[in-house]
Amino acid sequence: MFGLEKKDLNLLIIVALLTMLAPFILNPFPTDSALAQFNAGYPDLMQRFVIYGIFAIGFNILFGLTGYLSFGHAAFLGVGSYSAVWMFKLLSMNVLPALVLSVIIAGAFSWLIGFISLRRTGIYFSILTLAFAQMSFALAYSVLTPITNGETGLQITLDDPRILGMSATADGSIPVTNIFGLEMRAATDLVIGPWSFTFSVGYYLCALVMLVAFYLSIRIFRSPFGMMLRAIKSNQTRMNYTGLNPKPYTLAAFVISGMYAGLAGGLLACMDPLAGAERMQWTASGEVVLMTILGGAGTLIGPVLGAGMIKYFENIFSKINEATLHSWFDVLPDPMENGLVWVLEHFVGAGWHLTLGVIFMLVVTFLPGGLVEGGQRIGRLFNRTKAAKDDESAATKPAE
Amino acid sequence: MGILEVKDVSKRFGGLKALSDVNLSVAQNTCHAIIGPNGAGKSTLLNCLVGKLIPDTGSVMFDGQSVLGRSPHEINQMGISRVFQTPEIFGDLSVFENMMIPLFARRDGAYRMHAYESVASEKELVSRALQMLEDVNMADKRHMHAASMSRGDKRRLEMAMCLIQEPKLLLLDEPTAGMARADTNNTIDLLRQIKDSRDITIAIIEHDMHVVFSLADRITVLAQGTPLVEDVPERIKGHPKVKEAYLGETAHA
Repeated sequence: MFGLEKKDLNLLIIVALLTMLAPFILNPFPTDSALAQFNAGYPDLMQRFVIYGIFAIGFNILFGLTGYLSFGHAAFLGVGSYSAVWMFKLLSMNVLPALVLSVIIAGAFSWLIGFISLRRTGIYFSILTLAFAQMSFALAYSVLTPITNGETGLQITLDDPRILGMSATADGSIPVTNIFGLEMRAATDLVIGPWSFTFSVGYYLCALVMLVAFYLSIRIFRSPFGMMLRAIKSNQTRMNYTGLNPKPYTLAAFVISGMYAGLAGGLLACMDPLAGAERMQWTASGEVVLMTILGGAGTLIGPVLGAGMIKYFENIFSKINEATLHSWFDVLPDPMENGLVWVLEHFVGAGWHLTLGVIFMLVVTFLPGGLVEGGQRIGRLFNRTKAAKDDESAATKPAE
Repeated sequence: MGILEVKDVSKRFGGLKALSDVNLSVAQNTCHAIIGPNGAGKSTLLNCLVGKLIPDTGSVMFDGQSVLGRSPHEINQMGISRVFQTPEIFGDLSVFENMMIPLFARRDGAYRMHAYESVASEKELVSRALQMLEDVNMADKRHMHAASMSRGDKRRLEMAMCLIQEPKLLLLDEPTAGMARADTNNTIDLLRQIKDSRDITIAIIEHDMHVVFSLADRITVLAQGTPLVEDVPERIKGHPKVKEAYLGETAHA
């Protein structure tokens, strides 16, 4: 089905189920329980999971397949956001034209940057992309203020023309983003006993877009084009002497991943219609590199897992503070409690980066293939014990 | 007129004259060997043929067209395939994929964005790749990572990758360098089989006289960047000039 092999189709179905049931899966703890702060099932965060998932899926097409490490992909994310907000200002609050424009502009922009950066390989390529992204950030922050609204960030206002929509709603407020009238922020709550689950239009739109993006990335991975990209990573000399020109292939991969980034940026703006220059900063470019490596570069599902993990830590771990830690270790004797809290407080709250750093270090050292490799190892372990059991039962049977 | 015509080719690296006025003509469907002591300019000459180096003067014509100024992938598309001294294969890819890439390159040219249909859906190319793997006795290894194979297998894979493109000219750069005697003999058998079974011109650069004399129809001896003699193997063997060039190296061999 869908032109996929069984293994890939199963993966797609699993991802589809996980994203569609995410409001349940991510809210395992009752709303009033102490553990409720570990719930991630609220629309704002779930949207981030899937949007950054799209960003990482696209980045993986470049980095995972060709091995070209770009440190400037946040620029395309930012360009996507700006394009979408401009569409909201000028055309209408419908997200569809905004997303289309985001992808087109980000594609054109990445073609330009890719065309120049891909003249070099390895570290020089990385530095070139980093330089371009920082230039874009600086431009957005100051020089291009008429387009980007500088450090304030681009926002929608009551005076925007919106030629196919309306400048203001009947009651005089700014209209909200929607898809053919269905508002992005619209949500329904489902309360079952102590649990509460929220289903929002915005999340499901993002999730559907991510599923399409994921599906396309599977097709690219399995296509002759994807095979050529892996060949580039493997041996460019042989590539050349086999009659293939690696340059257009890498450029195409660069533009595709730029378009994915633009799509993600556009979706961010659809969920919250403002765009700031900080979205283009190098830390944001570094983040997508971390996501891809953490999840498993070159694997299909890895980037999505990595994106989810990093966004979870960013939003959940950073909310834990000293007081929360004290309440957890209440039962311990005071000196022990204070000591433990003193150590742990550096790893939570504003220090969540420290936890992330430790995890990243552990994963890269012990699981070079990322979380996906971890999953595979666990899978093999189970298979082995199962196989061993089968052997045992087979061996014992004749005796009976 | 040969399929490959090298005329008055010179190449200088700073003060070193690597090639001076090299003339070479390789006739169609023959095996032409280029031999010579270390530093004779064999590899420089080869690199001038495949677009890696551009000679300072002279011309290189292949099949009636100049190869000068063309990049390696364009020259490959003209019909020249090259086997390297140390096998250059796609190590991270499976053996089967290693066979598919040259097939796509030959059918679709230097670049074609074919990003939606799967590799497996290209039934005709798949069957050709499997057939070729069958021919070189590697069918059972098709799912292996190419990098995990033995050196001899890598060499065979690389040759199969070149042959599946049905090149007009196959260039071999010391295909048996560093090989054990048994592997060398296997390679000779493989090459002889290739030579006898299809219309192909082979140009081979080689150190090992055993390989050269078992395969070549014609031999050019290169010394200090100039061709010394060109003749059939029987007459090269006892040629005084050749002995002189190789003196101290293989003169008593």
